[in-house]
Amino acid sequence: MTNPIADMEKAEVILLTGTNTTENHPVIAAYIKRAVQFKGTKLIVVDPRRIKMAAFAEQWLRPYPGTDVAWLNGLMHVIIKENLHDKEFIANRCEDFEALAKSVEAFTPEYVQNLTGIPAQDLIQAARLYAGAKVASIVYCMGITQHVSGTDNVKALANLAMLCGHLGVEGGGVNPLRGQNNVQGACDMGGLPNVFTGYQPVTDGANVKKMEEAWQVTGLSTKVGLTVTEMIPKAHSGEIKALYIVGENPLISDADVNHVEKSIAHLDFLVVQDIFMTETAQMAHVVLPSLCFAEKDGTFSNTERKVQRIRKAVDGPGSAKTDWEIICAISRKMGYAMNYASSREIFEEIARVTPSYGGITYERIEHEGLHWPCPTKDHPGTKILHTAQFTRGKGKFHAIAFVPPAEKTDAEYPLILTTGRVLYHYHTGTMTRKSEGLNERAPECFIEMAKADAEKYGVKAGAVATIASRRGEIKAKVKISETAVAGTVFLPFHFVEASANKLTNAALDPISKIPEFKVCAVKVLA
Amino acid sequence: MNKPNIIVINGQEYLFTPGETILTVARRNNVDIPTLCHMKNATPTGACRMCVVEVQGARSLMAACTVPAGPNMVVRTESELIAKARRMIIELMLTSGNHEDCLVCPATGDCRLQELAYKYQIKAGRFPKTKSRYDLEAVNPFIIRNFSKCLACGRCVQACNEVQVNTAIDFGYRGARTKIITKGDRTLKDSDCVFCGECIQVCPVGALIPKDAYKKARICDTKSVRSTCTYCGVGCQVNLHVKNNEVQHITGRGDAAPNFGSLCVKGRFGFDFIAAKERLKTPLIKENGAFREASWDEAIGLVAERLSAIKAKHGADSLGVLTSARISNEENYVVQKFARAVLKTNNVDHCARL
Repeated sequence: MTNPIADMEKAEVILLTGTNTTENHPVIAAYIKRAVQFKGTKLIVVDPRRIKMAAFAEQWLRPYPGTDVAWLNGLMHVIIKENLHDKEFIANRCEDFEALAKSVEAFTPEYVQNLTGIPAQDLIQAARLYAGAKVASIVYCMGITQHVSGTDNVKALANLAMLCGHLGVEGGGVNPLRGQNNVQGACDMGGLPNVFTGYQPVTDGANVKKMEEAWQVTGLSTKVGLTVTEMIPKAHSGEIKALYIVGENPLISDADVNHVEKSIAHLDFLVVQDIFMTETAQMAHVVLPSLCFAEKDGTFSNTERKVQRIRKAVDGPGSAKTDWEIICAISRKMGYAMNYASSREIFEEIARVTPSYGGITYERIEHEGLHWPCPTKDHPGTKILHTAQFTRGKGKFHAIAFVPPAEKTDAEYPLILTTGRVLYHYHTGTMTRKSEGLNERAPECFIEMAKADAEKYGVKAGAVATIASRRGEIKAKVKISETAVAGTVFLPFHFVEASANKLTNAALDPISKIPEFKVCAVKVLA
Repeated sequence: MNKPNIIVINGQEYLFTPGETILTVARRNNVDIPTLCHMKNATPTGACRMCVVEVQGARSLMAACTVPAGPNMVVRTESELIAKARRMIIELMLTSGNHEDCLVCPATGDCRLQELAYKYQIKAGRFPKTKSRYDLEAVNPFIIRNFSKCLACGRCVQACNEVQVNTAIDFGYRGARTKIITKGDRTLKDSDCVFCGECIQVCPVGALIPKDAYKKARICDTKSVRSTCTYCGVGCQVNLHVKNNEVQHITGRGDAAPNFGSLCVKGRFGFDFIAAKERLKTPLIKENGAFREASWDEAIGLVAERLSAIKAKHGADSLGVLTSARISNEENYVVQKFARAVLKTNNVDHCARL
């Protein structure tokens, strides 16, 4: 997030898109609901489903799934046409405005209505609302990123925020809500194929030299590595021979899991390090037991870039060890002396090699966390990004073309499937499905459908239906819901026995390599 | 010329901003006024009257939580009259419903009424006890509603409507029949309740308690460890309440951003997994299609040997490492360092894309 969570109550307008906030980030949803209810904030929800947040919205715009660039370009078309853009901000802080203006010229409200189904008048009203606000925040989640056009969608959101000068100010910003406790931290720590910690590119010789010195090694690879969504297919084709998987369950979480399973079966060697015998761990040659958050010291970095402590509260089961102790032991066995006495010692090393974490110490975050970038010991941390300039200097407008979803509906697969989580479960269910109470509230998979679709395809509420895509099929109970709009159905992906990801399309965004979980074509049979 | 806004509390002058209540000014200046129904960041209701103070010139005692500070207002927060009123309020609370079973109440040690009764040394008994009109409700997996302990202070109503904005509960029936109800007075499980448990956290007595409270240690008997929730990316600050090497309860840290005490159903109640019997306890090695237990030495030796052999035969880029959005920064750092410095590949990624 460019802005802290607390800023949400300071926005005049919030544009919420591709986030089912009450289910996935309930505490942030509460901030937004309070803002609307008590602070006069106006909420625009853009989502293919009539999610709970829509009830709090001034406007709910309903695009066809996978048409985000179209409505975003449409908003910008209206804003420029009506002269509502922030000329001063654009002149001082941005570049390539002309390219943007030209690229959105064709996106008239009528054209956008054709592409997205959003009535032209609603689009115009939303454009005026967002651009007319003194400060407005954009909040989004995987509904924006999990498309073949995910990177484009995010760039279009950034364009919109820059166009209206809603960046670098309290209550504004472009704010992705991160879905996992430490997904921000995993990225910050260089758990990515192209960067070391703090997003220092592995292709930059100076970074490589710095790390070689810090780690006392030579010969670090300067070649960008593979993403998870590339490694799995390459396991199938034989280029990847061994995988070491820590705390992940791709057999449930990845798109087109039937193919994932075949790919993983091809590996010569698979190590899984986890707290439970997950579906993925069952395929491993070696399984190593690790400790959960309550059993170790360390830090997580949350969605607002705040580095916060976790502390050991209980001893773990059996001989399970922390993930870092296990990795260090293997490193030593492989001839590299990786030795740390504590998580604190590791954090000190992180701070030494990572400029944005340079000023953070366990002492400083003993009571409350710090937002990175925090380069020096006396730096207060950075709650709001881009206040004076952008990371690259000027904010660059990108001309973004509309690319439709990879898969289309047809006579055989007439419905669009979108997937996500429900409030009572978390990701692949490994943890939450161990809870009796959570299981009682959400015991099984369901397919959420509009009444009209249920009637059209002859399925009844509560009955078990078969849902099939071009890649697989599952069975789930029919739930007729006002949340669904005819033509689009929804499945949660938590449930192994009815795994939604047997159906999803593994087509990737060309840059982010994120699969298009949010759009695929399915049929529903009684 | 504008006169500075000054209020006199217990003989001391304090500055205030118009609109601030007497209670806010007093608390900011470390003047203790006891409260029960008051909740920071919610509309004051003045329901319990514990915070009564003397305001010079007023005809009766005033509730400090609702009365705005005024220029040159003279306030006393302790006097014989005030103490008498507070004692009476506590005594009446103690007789409304069942408040004599502290020995077996899960809220003991974490109960505002108990604290106040102790502070003012009040025992019930002078007035006849009023019986609760409503039966205990426990037909949901997370929350017990024990109406016999409810003081109708309204904190849960405020938590639900003003903090979490789930609008699942409100006052119903009113007067002597007051009950905190859902829409249509249904049970929580059939209401708009999403079991965030904010109501439990703010309940000043034992009227709202976790479903498993009787099977777990009381909060007052646990050690509290500050941590960060392990579910989504919001990073809610939590207290893990520990006894006998087990996490007994999780509550939100009221004093810390971003959640200031709030949590969701997963964060507050979904921690059975920590002590689940299915947890992996020992390294496992697959042999002839089945896992067998192994020592750490053997397992680590095998992993090191196999990875080294595959690297030697097929090159470093035939190896891949998936680190995790679920583990700590320190662990992620070590995992990517392992991939880069030991295996010598940049094939390291995690589930951010999924």
